[in-house]
Amino acid sequence: METVLKASDINKYFYDPVKFQVLKELDFEVKKGEFVSIVGKSGCGKSTLLYILSTMDTDFEGELEINGEKLTKQKQNYLARFRNEHIGFVFQFHYLLPEFTSLQNVMIPALKLGKYSRQEVEERALEKLKLLGVEEQAHKLTSKLSGGQQQRVAIARALINDPTIIMGDEPTGNLDKKNTENVFAIFKELTQTYHQTIIAVTHDQDFAHNSDRIIEMSDGVILKAN
Amino acid sequence: MKLAFEIAITHLLAKPKQTLVAMLGVTFGIGMFITMMSMMTGLNNFTDELTLRITPHIRMYHDVAMSRETLLDELSPQTMNVVHHQKPKKEQNRLKDGFQIVQFLQKQPEVAAASPRVTTQAFCNYGPVQINANVMGVDIAQENKMFKLSEKIKAGTFDPLLSPNSDAILIGRGLAKKLNILVGDRLNLTTPQGNVFNLKVVGIFAMGIGTYDDVNCYAHIATVQSMLQKDKRYITEISINMLDLEQADEFAQKIQKTFKYKTEDFSTANATIAVGKAFRNILTATVSATLLLVAGFGIYNILNMTILNKMKDIAILKATGFAARDVMAIFMIESVLIGFFGSLLGLLMGFGLSYWIATLPFDAGNVIDLKHLPINFNPLFYVVGIIFGMMTTALAGYFPSRKGGKIDPVRILRG
Repeated sequence: METVLKASDINKYFYDPVKFQVLKELDFEVKKGEFVSIVGKSGCGKSTLLYILSTMDTDFEGELEINGEKLTKQKQNYLARFRNEHIGFVFQFHYLLPEFTSLQNVMIPALKLGKYSRQEVEERALEKLKLLGVEEQAHKLTSKLSGGQQQRVAIARALINDPTIIMGDEPTGNLDKKNTENVFAIFKELTQTYHQTIIAVTHDQDFAHNSDRIIEMSDGVILKAN
Repeated sequence: MKLAFEIAITHLLAKPKQTLVAMLGVTFGIGMFITMMSMMTGLNNFTDELTLRITPHIRMYHDVAMSRETLLDELSPQTMNVVHHQKPKKEQNRLKDGFQIVQFLQKQPEVAAASPRVTTQAFCNYGPVQINANVMGVDIAQENKMFKLSEKIKAGTFDPLLSPNSDAILIGRGLAKKLNILVGDRLNLTTPQGNVFNLKVVGIFAMGIGTYDDVNCYAHIATVQSMLQKDKRYITEISINMLDLEQADEFAQKIQKTFKYKTEDFSTANATIAVGKAFRNILTATVSATLLLVAGFGIYNILNMTILNKMKDIAILKATGFAARDVMAIFMIESVLIGFFGSLLGLLMGFGLSYWIATLPFDAGNVIDLKHLPINFNPLFYVVGIIFGMMTTALAGYFPSRKGGKIDPVRILRG
């Protein structure tokens, strides 16, 4: 399997209130179609690592490569464009735009990319909503949906540009058991059926154990990457 | 860009009240700007026009008191001469070869009209009362060209004044009222020299300025010359109107040099009006700038608040691939839209207010003939208004928008 993400010698410091090293000499790779969980106690640096991998945090030392492209020291505008095309996000909170409908929320990143016509984008967005079982909610404002529905719309949004990697920051952290199982099943299906790569930071032991691979972190280092 | 536009529109429509309040700020600013400009320039133009109704662009007269070279200087220019308290030469205040000068001036291409004048004071006997009058001997055809006399005649006609040997006189409305006379009545005038003349009132005029219509009369030059017992070539003043008022100053200086007679152009003679105009313009600019500044602060505030409320939305947009400039574009479009529609409403408000003011009755009494406030509906103010409105809002929106673009998504998304 080809490597889609390669991180080498990642060092990260916090300077406020005192200089503190959060991530120490991290080295790892993720292969296409893998479902990777990053686990560890609060403050171990797992979220910090995720935001570095997501290209949003550029204040670190080391090399980051996604899809064969070197992303270290690239301009912000370039990285924004790169995220748009290659990375989908799912957060603990859905972070949908409340003034827009589910369909519009899903369409926005694709319209930004500009690869397809508006009509095609709409068709694709409906397809993704259908895949996640929320096509009924397509024309409702996202503020009117239930928590589980909102998270599914958010996943559909993450999928719209067929990203290289989906990154999740506690994607089930705010959901009840039933919805957690639902979201997990969706992730599992995406990796197995569509060979989608997923990297998720999680506290949920069951969630982690059922993924393909667990990266366990403690105090800024990787304890175990099986 | 189209996407940013859509997002901006959705934001604005999602909070219609807030959007409306921001727009109304601009509306009031622009509306008041237009109303003030229309009123102030209307007033300025009116005072100009009022003065031009009775004042020529250039007056030429013999200034007897004009300082002259001393005889000593003429005789021995090389030496240093001291002459104490030199007095004007005793001479008549007539313009030598006045009619030739008038003819010359009438031929100049930049001159619209030139009229010779000779003026005398006179008393009108009205029973036991004597009322002061000022009789101007004029070339009535030229005066008509300069002051549109034919429009100002309220009764009778000035035609008899065209022929030199008539005893016709045209009198001001105020004077006619004081003397209680009508067209066709005869009028006794006593000159300062004590001669009495009996003239026939052929017309009554009203320039619309009380102080002018209360004392002035027009007659043929020959009539006034005979009242003053002067010869047929005696004139004391020439009035000149230019085709373009702006040229008056330059032309006045030119002919003063040529004919060696004192000339005075309109703006010099009416310096107080120019000063008043300047003051009004400063006032208008200050008030309008203040209004626009307040509107600008309103937009700045509302946009700042919007951006604070939308931190999460901005963070997610940036996470999903919007660059700083895309986010900035969204909020800039919002402020420019607010500015555009606010200004547009402002134009309507400005027009409505000006129109309303123009219909209000205004009683200036007998001093000035004025029924309504003079309003200047110049389209230029509306163009300037919308440009100002857009500029203010773009400027007010720039800083919050830039701040929105700079938001660090990691800080917001990590909580």
